[in-house]
Amino acid sequence: MENNKDNKKATNRRKFLKLGLMSSVSAVAGASVLSNLAQDDEKTSSGEKVRVLTPEGKMVEVDAASINNYPEAHISPKEAREGIPNKSFVMVIDLARCKNARKCVEACQRGHNLDYHEEFMKVQLIQDNEEGSPYWFPKPCFHCEEPPCVTVCPTGATFKRSDNIVLIDNTRCIGCKFCITSCPYSARQFNWAHDGDDMENAEGLYSPETSTPQTEGTVIKCDFCPDLVRQGELPYCAKACPMGVIYFGDKNEDIVTNGSETVRFSELIAERGGYRHLEHLGTKPNVYYLPAVNRQFPLERGFEIEEDIIERYKDVPYVQDLKKKGKI
Amino acid sequence: MNLENRKRELVKDFSPILLKSTKWNKIWMVILTAIILVGLYAFFLQLFKGHIVTGMRDNVVWGVYIINFIFFICLSYSGAFIGGILHFFKTPWKNSVSRIVEIITVLSLIIGPIFILLCIGRLDRLHYLFIYPRIQSPITWDIIAIITDLIGCFIYLYLTFIPDFAILRDNSEGMPKWRQKLYKKLAINYQDTPSQRERLHKITRTMSAMIIALAIVAYSVLAWIFSLTLQPGWNSTIFAPYFIIAGLYSGAAVIIIAMYLIRKYFKLQHYIRKVHFLGAGVVLLVLSLLYGYFTFSEYFSRWFSHKITDANLLDTLFTRYFWHFVFANYIGILLPIAILFFKKLRNIKTITFAAFIAVFGLWVNRYLIVVPTLETPYLPIQDTREEYIHYTATWVEWSLSLAGVAAFVLFFLLLMKLVPIIPMSGIIDNERENRKPVQKL
Repeated sequence: MENNKDNKKATNRRKFLKLGLMSSVSAVAGASVLSNLAQDDEKTSSGEKVRVLTPEGKMVEVDAASINNYPEAHISPKEAREGIPNKSFVMVIDLARCKNARKCVEACQRGHNLDYHEEFMKVQLIQDNEEGSPYWFPKPCFHCEEPPCVTVCPTGATFKRSDNIVLIDNTRCIGCKFCITSCPYSARQFNWAHDGDDMENAEGLYSPETSTPQTEGTVIKCDFCPDLVRQGELPYCAKACPMGVIYFGDKNEDIVTNGSETVRFSELIAERGGYRHLEHLGTKPNVYYLPAVNRQFPLERGFEIEEDIIERYKDVPYVQDLKKKGKI
Repeated sequence: MNLENRKRELVKDFSPILLKSTKWNKIWMVILTAIILVGLYAFFLQLFKGHIVTGMRDNVVWGVYIINFIFFICLSYSGAFIGGILHFFKTPWKNSVSRIVEIITVLSLIIGPIFILLCIGRLDRLHYLFIYPRIQSPITWDIIAIITDLIGCFIYLYLTFIPDFAILRDNSEGMPKWRQKLYKKLAINYQDTPSQRERLHKITRTMSAMIIALAIVAYSVLAWIFSLTLQPGWNSTIFAPYFIIAGLYSGAAVIIIAMYLIRKYFKLQHYIRKVHFLGAGVVLLVLSLLYGYFTFSEYFSRWFSHKITDANLLDTLFTRYFWHFVFANYIGILLPIAILFFKKLRNIKTITFAAFIAVFGLWVNRYLIVVPTLETPYLPIQDTREEYIHYTATWVEWSLSLAGVAAFVLFFLLLMKLVPIIPMSGIIDNERENRKPVQKL
């Protein structure tokens, strides 16, 4: 019943969008989020209806043919400093479902043109205390409310946007690495060597929102994929996770989704005991975790991966134990 | 007019050091230049191939470079501090050492910042620091502090040089033309008239007080680069005073070493005497006690409260870095104390040895502040390729570090060719005041 009301609103918005698209790229950037409606309402109806989320966070049903298929608009480093209006992005990671399948890591690497060893998303094996059982802990950038990395940057190459996202402009970064040492979550990495093909023809193509193409000698990190979000898609990691571990959404709308399931953010946090990692540091992350209770997979499933990746956990006492017992 | 003759005598005394190069002097210059050239090669390698040629990786993003940076800046800072104190309080025997101290100050303040530049991934964008400055960032504070400090120290050093330039200008017969011209320019028409002299003394005195303040600010800001972050080993309230004491400690030690070498190789036993070493030895003793106290408090509170992150850090220090730790924080502090504490043990050689241990120990202590901390972050290092976990400096970093030391020594030798290492004007001033020959100091 609410949908009917919204359909009217949606039409107006479509007109607005159309104007925006024709006038400038930055207007597109501002106007279309999580749903990019078509510029051509009068297109022949395909008969197929699709439910989409509007910028106000309402679900509307539109014709499938009118869904936007624009090539993603290029957001320049300057435009990328403005957040997407009225958005407050959050991520919720359900530790109970993670089995270290590493699809998030791989999708992120593909999406950002990272090499095999560069990971914006790391999966850690955490054991809170001696009695507690270890769990897999996917760790993106936490896009803190009080980001220490942004405070210490001497050139403003890394910045906090109104939509919660902390980005790096690698055309501005001088590579002093101070942000790397000031991040208590080790979320940041450095681009150590020239990567040939990535560097070429970078002029004009680079956007802090895509973090590609990369530049040697600058800092890189998880960017919450604002380019995808603008097109109404989930970040690479959330999209790729086969277990639906990663929820992404908007705190203002109080909605998060992992692609298959859309839930109220506040309810999810309240009911499942959501928490933020290392809360006592006062950085106020925008990534929440749901504790690893009622696990869906045994921890050992996480070791069904390549040998050299298992090696990366060799210092964890639990893994040493497993190795001693000959289980891995 | 007696003094004019005395001036001529002094110039004659010092002109061998200024004008003639001994065989060994030349050999050293060649060796030092060679080391610097290797360093330059390493620098270009790093510039063109990227930071991959260093041992720095994702976790330990700062390595030997930043340690050298702290080390040289702390030399400079303590040089400024000690030089300022010597001058400001008109310490009686300061004359023989004050120029050594001042040259150390300025040279290390030039070489130190080069090392922080080596930590920067994109040197081609260095000007962004000024185009897009952000005053919130401690790095910006550091840049402002170091530049101000550098300018202040330069002015101070120059002020102390002026009377000597004037003496050299007035007695430059027989010197090469370019030297005569240079001294004339640099002396800026200083004629050593009573009014000029008084004005110069006033300015120098004011500057000596100012560089003490500047040095404290600059070095505190440097300590804050570490202590304002959330990292377990760095986030400490005593870091700024701790760094200042540590700086003074290494500074005093380097001054002693420089005194020893200059005295020995330039045969200045007449000017740099045992009394200087004994005085400096006592200063070093006081500083080593203070430094030991700060080091103890820093580690003791971490150990006693044993937060899990601190415990992990200490664990690393006592396993992987056990010998570093023992050398830096036991031998590097207790041995100098042991040598300097007993009057009977104090002589020129032992004091110099204690100073050498102190400098080396302090460098290792800086290493322990930087590297193990970065290796034990809040979230344990996992899901990272093996070679990115621990830090080992590569030859590029070592050769650039050596090049820094070599450049320091080379510039020192060159400056010694420009002005006498013992301020002639100071000797004249002493004699003017006391009407006694210099032998009485």
